Amino acid sequence: MAGRESSEAILRPKLAKCPTGIRGLDEITNGGLPRGRPTLVCGGAGCGKTLLGMEFIVRGAVEYGEPGVFMSFEEGVEELIQNMASLGFELEDLKEKRKIFLDFVFIERHEIEETGEYDLEGLFIRLASAVDAIGAKRVVLDTIEALFAGLPNELILRSELRRLFRWLKDKGLTTVVTGEKGRGALTRHGIEEYVSDAVIVLDHRIFNQIATRRLRLIKYRGSLHWADEYPFMIDENGIAIIPITSLSLDYAVSSERVSTGVPYQDQMLGGGYYRGSSILVSGTAGSGKSSLAGSFANDVCRRGERCLYMAFEESPAQIIRNMRGIGLDLEPWVEQGLLKFHAARPTLYGLEMHLAMICKLTDELKPSAVIMDPVTNLSITAGPREVKSMLMRLVDFLKNRQITTLLTHLSHPGEVETTTMGISSLMDTWMLVLYRESTGQRRRVLHILKSRGMGHSSRMTEFTITDQGIKLVEV
Amino acid sequence: MDEPKNKDPEKFDKALKQRHNDHYLLRLYVSGLSPKSRRAIENLKEICEEYLKDRYDLEVIDIFQQPELARAEQIIAAPTLIKELPPPLRKFIGDLSETEKILVGLEIKIPIEGGIS
Repeated sequence: MAGRESSEAILRPKLAKCPTGIRGLDEITNGGLPRGRPTLVCGGAGCGKTLLGMEFIVRGAVEYGEPGVFMSFEEGVEELIQNMASLGFELEDLKEKRKIFLDFVFIERHEIEETGEYDLEGLFIRLASAVDAIGAKRVVLDTIEALFAGLPNELILRSELRRLFRWLKDKGLTTVVTGEKGRGALTRHGIEEYVSDAVIVLDHRIFNQIATRRLRLIKYRGSLHWADEYPFMIDENGIAIIPITSLSLDYAVSSERVSTGVPYQDQMLGGGYYRGSSILVSGTAGSGKSSLAGSFANDVCRRGERCLYMAFEESPAQIIRNMRGIGLDLEPWVEQGLLKFHAARPTLYGLEMHLAMICKLTDELKPSAVIMDPVTNLSITAGPREVKSMLMRLVDFLKNRQITTLLTHLSHPGEVETTTMGISSLMDTWMLVLYRESTGQRRRVLHILKSRGMGHSSRMTEFTITDQGIKLVEV
Repeated sequence: MDEPKNKDPEKFDKALKQRHNDHYLLRLYVSGLSPKSRRAIENLKEICEEYLKDRYDLEVIDIFQQPELARAEQIIAAPTLIKELPPPLRKFIGDLSETEKILVGLEIKIPIEGGIS
């Protein structure tokens, strides 16, 4: 049934969309919310409903020239202005310029007595006059369910709500209606009944004591959309949804080579890594994985390109010091803004949030290479399947942007080839660094296990780490 | 001195004096001349004339004409009657057809059951 619906949707004339301007949301909705129709945004307390609604209004007013009315049933106008100021939204200013209109609807149940027949014309008139005052194209009702607590007669309320949504549609207003999550239902008072076009569910879940925010589009009538769950973040610029599960395998590929930063290693690979490919360096402790990663980072920046270095084990200062010890000075690159370290303990937040964070930083920095050193510890917070799925989405995300990705992975001696969490299959190039005993000495050895689409040396190559960098010697 | 329209100074003085005991200041918010609005106005006038003669001020406000007043007074339902004086402030929604409820709510009448007899 669902399949048929979506194939019909392709044939139908394109539904008009209203871009939200919220990072990532327009991508997963294929262009925005249904124009001139209501969308329900629901979720538990503190899930980000109000913020999503407000960002829809603010971005509409600022970026799309569409004034908007925000009708709040929970927070007062002053409170809203203050709360949103911390996210960089200057409501006061927009209000004065008549780009947005804020109205706080407050009902005190115990003050009100019913004495006969009534309707909600008061609310209608307030909304209509606000819409007319600024020529609004967008409306947010946050959350209209508060009326159920304030008004005793549910029968009147329900018929008036139906009238309200009909009015909003007739007026062609793109509306976001928020609702508090109910038991076994989307909203506490079943307002999904009135909003049949699009439903977005927000969720703030705690798993393994790590909180992750998620967004899901559970319904979007007449439009193709991605049904997955997306992690999202709330930062100083509002909501950022990371559309990372939606990618297909149809990205452009480059045959351009980028240097590994180690002269002989380039030769082994027939000229370096492919730009936009994914590289896995696995190895035992102290075998030189980070040194290979550092050499690559250094070379990326030397070419004047940007590199994002996700440090999951060591602090940036420690990495810089260690690299200096092998003749690589990364500090100037950091100062020039070419190299950006982001250090985060794997346990700091969930896998999805790590992924979301990397994607967000990538979109901000626009690097040509991303390094994750090491990915091993990510499995502390999740199982190997989750890690693999996360890395798969990450690799897809980065490949789509033609970003070369280098991951390091700590393996245990003797089981190096089997302990890579199954991620080696996702990788274009897989290299192994390990110690080998020969003539009473432990030597470092580099071995290219696979490298898609390029002739490569299959020999074990000995290498040493000197104070002038990595030196490879063929054995 | 500017004098408020429709209010003679004597009555105003009297109202001031009695403000805290038995003078009623009522505002009725209606939406245009809908049947509900009309009924509410008629019902309220009847009650006032019968029980509050010479000791009330009634103002009828059309929120269609003055939506900003609807906002300022937190009007959601129409009609809404607000008893501003004497305190405490009370709100009644509906066409005011349930006379008994209003009389009790306006403290003109003491509730029969469970009340002071």
